[in-house]
Amino acid sequence: MVASRAVGSLSRFTASRMLRCPGYICRNFTRSSALLTRTHINYGVKGDVAVIRINSPNSKVNTLGQEVHSEFIEVMNEVWSSNQIRSAVLISSKPGCFIAGADLNMLTACTTPQEVTQISQEAQRMFEKVEKSTKPIVAAINGSCLGGGLELAISCQYRIATKDKKTVLGSPEVLLGILPGAGGTQRLPKMVGVPAAFDMMLTGRGIRADRAKKMGLVDQLVEPLGPGIKPPEERTIEYLEEVAITFAKGLADKKISPKRDKGLVEKLTSYAMSIPFVRQQIYKKVEERVRKQTKGLYPAPLKIIDVVKTGIEQGSDAGYLSESQKFGELAMTKESKALMGLYRGQTLCKKNKFGAPQKEVKQLAILGAGLMGAGIAQVSVDKGLQTILKDATLAALGRGQQQVFRGLNDKVKKKALTSFERDAFFSNLTGQLDYQGFEKADMVIEAVFEDLSLKHKVLKEVEAVIPDHCVFASNTSALPINEIAAVSKRPEKVIGMHYFSPVDKMQLLEIITTQKTSKDTTASAVEVGLKQGKVIIVVKDGPGFYTTRCLAPMMSEVIRILQEGVGPKKLDSLTTSFGFPVGAATLVDEVGVDVAKHVAENLGKVFGERFAGGSLEVLKQMIAKGFLGRKSGKGFYIYQEGVKNKNLNSDIDSILASLKMPSQPDVSSDEDIQYRLVTRFVNEAVLCLQEGVLASPTEGDIGAVFGLGFPPSLGGPFRFVDLYGAQKIVDRLRKYEAAYGKQFTPCQLLVDHASSPNKKFYQ
Amino acid sequence: MDGPQGRMEREGESHSMPGFAKPLLPTAPGVGTVQAKSKRTLAKPNLRNIVVVDGVRTPFLLSGTSYKDLMPHDLARAALSGLLHRTSVPKDVVDYIIFGTVIQEVKTSNVAREAALGAGFSDRTPAHTVTMACISSNQAMTTAVNLIASGQCDVVVAGGVELMSDVPIRHSRKMRKMMLDLNKAKTLGQRLSLISKFRLNFLSPELPAVAEFSTNETMGHSADRLAAAFAISRLEQDEYALRSHSLAKKAQDEGLLSDVVPFKVPGKDTVTQDNGIRPSSLEQMAKLKPAFIKPYGTVTAANSSFLTDGASAVLILAEEKALAMGYKPKAYLRDFVYVSQDPKDQLLLGPTYATPKVLEKAGLTMNDIDAFEFHEAFSGQILANLKAMDSDWFAQNYMGRKAKVGSPPLEKFNIWGGSLSLGHPFGATGCRLVMATANRLQKEGGQYGLVAACAAGGQGHAMIVEAYPK
Repeated sequence: MVASRAVGSLSRFTASRMLRCPGYICRNFTRSSALLTRTHINYGVKGDVAVIRINSPNSKVNTLGQEVHSEFIEVMNEVWSSNQIRSAVLISSKPGCFIAGADLNMLTACTTPQEVTQISQEAQRMFEKVEKSTKPIVAAINGSCLGGGLELAISCQYRIATKDKKTVLGSPEVLLGILPGAGGTQRLPKMVGVPAAFDMMLTGRGIRADRAKKMGLVDQLVEPLGPGIKPPEERTIEYLEEVAITFAKGLADKKISPKRDKGLVEKLTSYAMSIPFVRQQIYKKVEERVRKQTKGLYPAPLKIIDVVKTGIEQGSDAGYLSESQKFGELAMTKESKALMGLYRGQTLCKKNKFGAPQKEVKQLAILGAGLMGAGIAQVSVDKGLQTILKDATLAALGRGQQQVFRGLNDKVKKKALTSFERDAFFSNLTGQLDYQGFEKADMVIEAVFEDLSLKHKVLKEVEAVIPDHCVFASNTSALPINEIAAVSKRPEKVIGMHYFSPVDKMQLLEIITTQKTSKDTTASAVEVGLKQGKVIIVVKDGPGFYTTRCLAPMMSEVIRILQEGVGPKKLDSLTTSFGFPVGAATLVDEVGVDVAKHVAENLGKVFGERFAGGSLEVLKQMIAKGFLGRKSGKGFYIYQEGVKNKNLNSDIDSILASLKMPSQPDVSSDEDIQYRLVTRFVNEAVLCLQEGVLASPTEGDIGAVFGLGFPPSLGGPFRFVDLYGAQKIVDRLRKYEAAYGKQFTPCQLLVDHASSPNKKFYQ
Repeated sequence: MDGPQGRMEREGESHSMPGFAKPLLPTAPGVGTVQAKSKRTLAKPNLRNIVVVDGVRTPFLLSGTSYKDLMPHDLARAALSGLLHRTSVPKDVVDYIIFGTVIQEVKTSNVAREAALGAGFSDRTPAHTVTMACISSNQAMTTAVNLIASGQCDVVVAGGVELMSDVPIRHSRKMRKMMLDLNKAKTLGQRLSLISKFRLNFLSPELPAVAEFSTNETMGHSADRLAAAFAISRLEQDEYALRSHSLAKKAQDEGLLSDVVPFKVPGKDTVTQDNGIRPSSLEQMAKLKPAFIKPYGTVTAANSSFLTDGASAVLILAEEKALAMGYKPKAYLRDFVYVSQDPKDQLLLGPTYATPKVLEKAGLTMNDIDAFEFHEAFSGQILANLKAMDSDWFAQNYMGRKAKVGSPPLEKFNIWGGSLSLGHPFGATGCRLVMATANRLQKEGGQYGLVAACAAGGQGHAMIVEAYPK
């Protein structure tokens, strides 16, 4: 049972889940204020309780850096040496954040594992003193309590958390390719049990306060308050402090016991864990699972298991030592650099660099209630946007409305929403077949079929009914926006908003601007996207924009490889073992064979031989036989409702056989196949930067990883070039160029980087 | 002072109807200023004046005591009979009957009609039932006011009833579905196949929700948070509860609770007075554990209103009709408002929102009011409302007002006890508040009274009651 729980929890550990939540924070906080004492931490004494308040200046969040660390030591030493003080409360003055993690800059500034290990050991020593404090310390948690913040909290004798949506506890270090380096790997298993601790540390998931209470991660909950004598957030923190003080007093007076009553399941679990054989089985199972899911691409999870194991089997001293050493090693890996880079990039792409739009979008209208249209509606209504969903037929509209409802209802089942909130959100959606109400729309997003004349038709219809300020956004994956805007009376209000399917799961939004698109229109689109919770890249218009354009040559190579006789299953396994979350053949099925053909055809016309590779005929014949991919039930695989293991579609064999291409043995090893795909992707991405389609490498990496599933362990195409070496990539491209031709010719920018090794996309 | 004697006198009164209005001695003990006021009346041109002739209620009892075997319409009938007895109104003169109730007995969902028929009202008198949580009987009364003001009716009985001793507990949805399907099943095979789907968990019952439907939070929990938001201590809450019980006890002993009519419960003794009034000591109250937010909350059983059974009824007429019938009314019912706000964080702040609004509507200020009767759901709720009304910050930031309305002076506030001590049958409290106000104005010689209450759903109500000139 215990093992199954631990393993079950791991099933959610997938590469695509990486980087969902922060734990380490980049903060541009200068460390010049050495003269000012106590910038971050101060304390006051109430009765015999010291109230220690953390409040880093000029920042929305508190992070654990060198300065905070030394101030904390100072304050704690005063608390411990004072005769008046008998207990302490540790609290943040910031609404929505206790401590969001360690300072990322502090880690990236280190150049050797030893430096990082030392940082870890300093923190370990401090937290050990906190743990052994004879004066009880109560952590009063309101808002995010992540990474080092959680490690500090679990060193305290008692934890009280507000039951607020913003209060999230977690160990997201693994998502940055590192591990909890301040005693977390040793304390967490003791506190919540080994299976739950593995779950937290290996998935990095955030845990809400009420769940944390059930797990034993916090001891008491405090309900957030509404308006009273002060603004709610302010008074809630004050109230949390008041409650924490009473508990601190109670603990000091021994009226309250810091020990928690364990439930039956917990008792059984801890009993089972006391049997060495059971423990070994759990380590084994968890390790197997991790190996299977990370495919050896991510070193951090295995090290976490190792460190936890060391602590339990060989005692805390060995555990702490192992933790700090492995922490140092991991921080120097390419993987952690890639993941940290993505984390920084993600933070950047969650800002609106175009400023606030002149008019806030309150009324949204979406044309087309298909998968995309309804998906866009779903991520809009629950953010309070009034949304019209329009389609041509009642049946299509009904399907879309049901999709939105199901999406919201699933959240109710997961207890992320109440049924009442679901109903209130759903009533933000108006389904209709006509243009009623469009006169009040601030933005229209069209998600109709990918056909230029159809897009022209709806654009003209819509422009006849919308107000002057209304933005017209097209959700297209390949049609150039300027061609769509050609029939517009107001091209400055036309923009591309390329969502990825499924919209509620995929974080990326690619916004495409034409030369005529106004800055305010862009600002408006970015604002709506951010409201919808998206990570946003803004790119210039062009065939395939950025994402589709990078994907297309890789897809062309996929078809070529299949034609050379590599089976879809083999190809899928080669790509996933390289770090792609979805195999290449499966990806074609997911995207849709017709869409793939449409894109390949259009872009092929524009880019010519650079997009050469496989033959379009494969896709055409598949379409002729109705093999459109998942949506039609058959593609390279057969899809059946409720069947998990999909089988190959044997009818494809004859198509591939009839269009067989010769394979060249010297460029067809497993590794070559992987690199043929990846180098074409990377080459095209770099060309996009060279041509100015992309504004920055960061956006290129974010777009590739969050939109196309480029291996997160590589950090995106640009980070990959930096870490792997431009020269090596150019060498590979030249080799394939010799075998296949111009589609592999490296672009100028890539060649430049190869010829001067000091040139990096990330300095 | 005039304890038992006063009571007998009033009981005598009730037999000499109509024209009963022997003014009660204006020697209200413990009340500040008792100067006769002669301010303008709140009559409005072209609108009928609407008066309360009198009102009664059954004694309010802790649920599970003497009323526990009754049905809600039995209690409502007792209130109606009491009203008939007290006012001697001819049954066939009554144009309409309206009752408020909250937890409905499904067999008598229009409890007003069932009670009226049983009480011997004409079967030609229509009756309907309204529900608006704790302000249900307020809604019954204001519906009556509207019917009279618009000329539809002249004589209306409004009341309310709640029987918390018995609440509908349902079969689970799955069980209900199976039973309904069984009804429709035609063949033995169909029935057997339905029965084969039966699972033991179908039998787990569904209790009436104690929580707010929209937020899933119980009211006590919300009250505790509200008290914390306004930084109201446990001690303050206990002190206020003790005040309520002490004042109620005093009023009961002095015979001031003249709206109470005795009720002979079938098979049991006659109930003559409220049984929830229990002045305790602060030390005793301090021993109680928090009832909702455990272990550190401040709302306890002692500083909350308790589950109560009871019914109330008032006779409301157009003034000219009342005079033509020879009545001497007790009070005018004047301006009223309903308000609503966030059901999560401001669930119980209805009075704060309603009070300034109704005062403005009537052209009055806090100083004009001689008698305040606010519904006391929880000590913490009352104290939070008092603080909110006294806060410029709250008025400006949450109510969109320029300044606070001010908090009512306690010497004019619920001085005959309140829901905390007298009890709170949800559907019946509104009429009690209005009659307490009318009786206090009569007794103390004041002119204006203000009734206010909060209700589940984040709603609230306030009404101005004006004393009928002597």
